[in-house]
Amino acid sequence: MSTFWAIVARDVRLAVRGGTESVMVLVFFVLAAILFPFGVGPEAEVLRRIGPGVIWVVALLAAMMSLERLFSADHEDGTLDLLATSPAPLEIVFLAKAIAHWLTTGLPLLVAAPVLGVFYQLPGPAFGVLLLSMLLGTPSLSLIGGVGAALIVGARRGGVLLALLVLPLYVPVLIFAVAGVDAVIFDAPVRPSMMILAALLLAAIPLCPWAGGAALRQALQ
Amino acid sequence: MNGFEGQGLACVRGARLVFKQVGFHVAPGAAMLVAGPNGAGKSSLLRLMAGLLQPIGGELLWNGAPVAQDPDGHRRRISYVGHLDALKPALSVAENLGFWARMDGQGPEVVTAALARLRIERLADVPARLLSSGQRRRTNLARATMGSPAIWLLDEPTVGLDTDGIAALEQAMAAHLDGGGIVIAASHVQMFEAGAHQLVMEALKPELRDDIW
Repeated sequence: MSTFWAIVARDVRLAVRGGTESVMVLVFFVLAAILFPFGVGPEAEVLRRIGPGVIWVVALLAAMMSLERLFSADHEDGTLDLLATSPAPLEIVFLAKAIAHWLTTGLPLLVAAPVLGVFYQLPGPAFGVLLLSMLLGTPSLSLIGGVGAALIVGARRGGVLLALLVLPLYVPVLIFAVAGVDAVIFDAPVRPSMMILAALLLAAIPLCPWAGGAALRQALQ
Repeated sequence: MNGFEGQGLACVRGARLVFKQVGFHVAPGAAMLVAGPNGAGKSSLLRLMAGLLQPIGGELLWNGAPVAQDPDGHRRRISYVGHLDALKPALSVAENLGFWARMDGQGPEVVTAALARLRIERLADVPARLLSSGQRRRTNLARATMGSPAIWLLDEPTVGLDTDGIAALEQAMAAHLDGGGIVIAASHVQMFEAGAHQLVMEALKPELRDDIW
């Protein structure tokens, strides 16, 4: 257990010291979401209709931006070799790094999302559901994306490959997260979508470390 | 047989046969030098011993029991130094080492001891991005000496070290061997006293083998 928190603490510390990456992801998220009203016009009705979808799609892309280096950086400087020869199983290493990724990118996105909700003139009750959908959805993004990041270790042009691998797998999270927020706006029940988001997360917590550990082991061969 | 042993090892990387029929035996308290020309597979052999590569033929034994049956126990037993120094530029030397100490469930006191062993105490608070390549090497070697793994696997450990660094490394290795530990090093220079085991590897002609799959 102490190894698990050692990895989480190290990655969070590196992100804080390194500084720029988390900030860049957040700035990308806000800027890209703000671009849409310029493109589609300022009518409140239109913005409210597309708001949840835009916020979530941009959040997906922002989360993916920072994934490319998740394991590649450790692979290039030899850290991954040492992690693989340390007593901690690679599945635990994967889970710890995915959690650190969520803390340094998912959590800032979650905090910024309500601000963007204001831009898109979402109704009051939608904010709570938007936050809940981010809380349940972004950890899944870090876990699923982590598997992609583990698969591209050692590959050239990893970034493009990562998008091809990961974006299709993000679709279920996107659908149910946006459906939940839309449901508030259109007075439909919110609960089913949120339950499915929670179920996706619960499935990702054991499955992704298993797949990611196997991918890392393969990459070291 | 006591100690660390390999029988009939063969290794493939990509589709290239790197070596085959390599065997060795190192008793507790003994050292072995892995020698051979470039491309003979010295690094691959060390990675294989560390469990980073799986042999496609042969097996590794610890005290007579196959390592493959207890990979977790084997990871606890080894400490590996590769070509890369695995330092995070943003962290100080002590923080870099402290992370690996925590990974092994050890406290900060092993970090202090390891820094003293490689004579780099005064670098403790220096960010790793400011280190010279020799200092990075010493830091990585200090990491490898932390805790009490039985087998040190050192791949070209003297690269970049000055005479003082080599002396510190030799002292650390001697202490480890006196305590019943094992040191296996791949190097072009004679690192151990005359009489230590030497495993001389020959370079196979690189050839692509499709039949090995």
